[in-house]
Amino acid sequence: MIKIIKRDQPSRAIFFFTPVLAIFLTLVAGGLIFFILGFKPFEALKFFFIVPIADKYGFSELLLKATPLCLIAIGLSFCFKSNNWNIGAEGQLTFGAIVSGGVALLFYEQEGFYILPIVILAGAIGGMLYASIPAILKTYFNTNEILVSLMLVYVSKLILDYLVVGPWSNPEGFNFPETRQFSDSAKLPLLFEGLRIHAGIFLALAAVVISWFVFYKTYLGFQMKVSGFSLKTARYAGYKGKKMIILVFLISGACAGLAGVGEITGPIGQLHREISPDYGFTAIIVAFLGRLHPVGIIFASLVVAITYLGAETAQIFMQIPKYTGQVFQGMILFFLLASDYLLFFKIKFIGSKK
Amino acid sequence: MIIDINFIGLIIASIMASAVPLILASCGELITERSGVLNLGVEGMMIIGAISGFALMTVTGSLIIAVFGAMLAGVLISSIFAFLTQTLITNHVATGLALTIFGIGISAMIGKNFVGIPGKEFPVLFEGLKDTIPLLGPILFGHSIVFYFAFALPFITSYFLKKTKIGLIVRAVGDSPESASNQGINVKLVRYACILYGGAMSGLAGAYLSMIYTPQWIENMTGGRGWIALALVVFSTWNPIKILIGAMIFGGLTIIQFHMQAIGVRIPVQFLTALPYIVTIIVLVVISRDSRKIRLSTPSSLGKSFHKDN
Repeated sequence: MIKIIKRDQPSRAIFFFTPVLAIFLTLVAGGLIFFILGFKPFEALKFFFIVPIADKYGFSELLLKATPLCLIAIGLSFCFKSNNWNIGAEGQLTFGAIVSGGVALLFYEQEGFYILPIVILAGAIGGMLYASIPAILKTYFNTNEILVSLMLVYVSKLILDYLVVGPWSNPEGFNFPETRQFSDSAKLPLLFEGLRIHAGIFLALAAVVISWFVFYKTYLGFQMKVSGFSLKTARYAGYKGKKMIILVFLISGACAGLAGVGEITGPIGQLHREISPDYGFTAIIVAFLGRLHPVGIIFASLVVAITYLGAETAQIFMQIPKYTGQVFQGMILFFLLASDYLLFFKIKFIGSKK
Repeated sequence: MIIDINFIGLIIASIMASAVPLILASCGELITERSGVLNLGVEGMMIIGAISGFALMTVTGSLIIAVFGAMLAGVLISSIFAFLTQTLITNHVATGLALTIFGIGISAMIGKNFVGIPGKEFPVLFEGLKDTIPLLGPILFGHSIVFYFAFALPFITSYFLKKTKIGLIVRAVGDSPESASNQGINVKLVRYACILYGGAMSGLAGAYLSMIYTPQWIENMTGGRGWIALALVVFSTWNPIKILIGAMIFGGLTIIQFHMQAIGVRIPVQFLTALPYIVTIIVLVVISRDSRKIRLSTPSSLGKSFHKDN
């Protein structure tokens, strides 16, 4: 017989164990899906999760994909900790990329050490501006931030489309939907010869360190956490509701904007139609899988980044559709949420009495 | 310039046709939300309905199997959400997002083999009566059965919530799950049913898109309609009749962009495409400004988990 008992306190050990359990269950379910689709489950899983990162190039690609995920998820953890549902990071990434790309184009064929910092800063500001829209509408007009931030994703992608097809398109580009190449001074330097991993990874690592410091070493971080648990308690802790909401949105907007900068000033070096394979949405999963903890998010971003690479590899070698990546991402979040049950409830197996 | 009166009728009819998926999904989600559950997975359920309907139609050749199969697919996918939020008491927002991501992935995976296959013609009713009445003829006649169902649904939903006992139970569960539970109502069972119903309606909305509105399968063909349907529920202040008005406004915006392009208005096409999303935001702001009114009309337990200790 199984008996379910409510725990007096959520278990801390299980809090960090369930993400691992969720990943394991996702692998099992994934193998099952591969089996149903008519593939050998173990071989498919090997192509999905091991082959892509088996060499130096693959590992660099992994870090390349994990960088924006980590950066955005760190920003989102500020929002989610304080119970603000910013799900429009994809839009903030796009708008950040537009602003920084625009600035980079202003420096077309110019060189100078000062260009890159300005371009990076412009991206952060772009992301912040875009995130401020749902924040301000939420605080001053009581508007649901989930729907507003999401609608703005569609709008940002259309703005980008308009710019790269129309006014910003490369005059010598044979009408391809892309801008001119940025000058070298406006690009994030590549770290190793022949690999695509670029200096953007330092932005992500800086975000990890800063967020850890803010969360665990400052009064602001404490206020943020308390306001996530209970607004009433937070007021006693001197919490200023509206300011806090706007602040966390600005932080996550800046992070998403920086991720956008990395996408366009990294290996690609120009604005084009599809700058992000939904990093902004996937980062939501990364934030949860990492338990909104800076170190957890590093690991989570690496795990989820594999689903991007695995999907590509599996498509090439086994003709498995690349959307399997998204299916895996959805499943990880399902299993993670489901296994949270163990946080609050104990399951006891009791020998059946005859 | 003489404007043919039947042409106006045709435009109104096309606005109504583009409002159909929004009405269906919104009315379904409205029932779910009235029971206190916020399911953000509408977009995911809709796209699953779209591919299921199209795939079943192509494989079986039967439109009836396809339409009901799409609804069943919506029920199945929403049952994941129901199990997680009701039995395992997970967070509604996060679970709904997972449902959307999962749904888009699965639909693209299944849909891979159905890209580029032409759809079938869906039978329309009262085709012959179209020319009998000027203006009203094209508006009233010559549509699919799903179309007529969609325009009846807000009224049925309103009647259900206000006049029937089950409707009362749904509202009680949404407004005060504790007292409903004390009255002997099985809160979780009611919420399960409302979530599955919402799934069925989203599935139907998706099937309408892929089988009737634009009979073909295109990846991501719902294009944010699920999210607009969610916004419409807020817009309606949880009143089904107002969903009708909202859906017509958004249907109108969709149709206007085609006609503006046809007339040759010099506005970038991207701006016209962005219009429904921008208008959604503006409408949400206008509606939500009156926080007292929103508070009064929102189901009190919306998005909050209910768990009874044994």
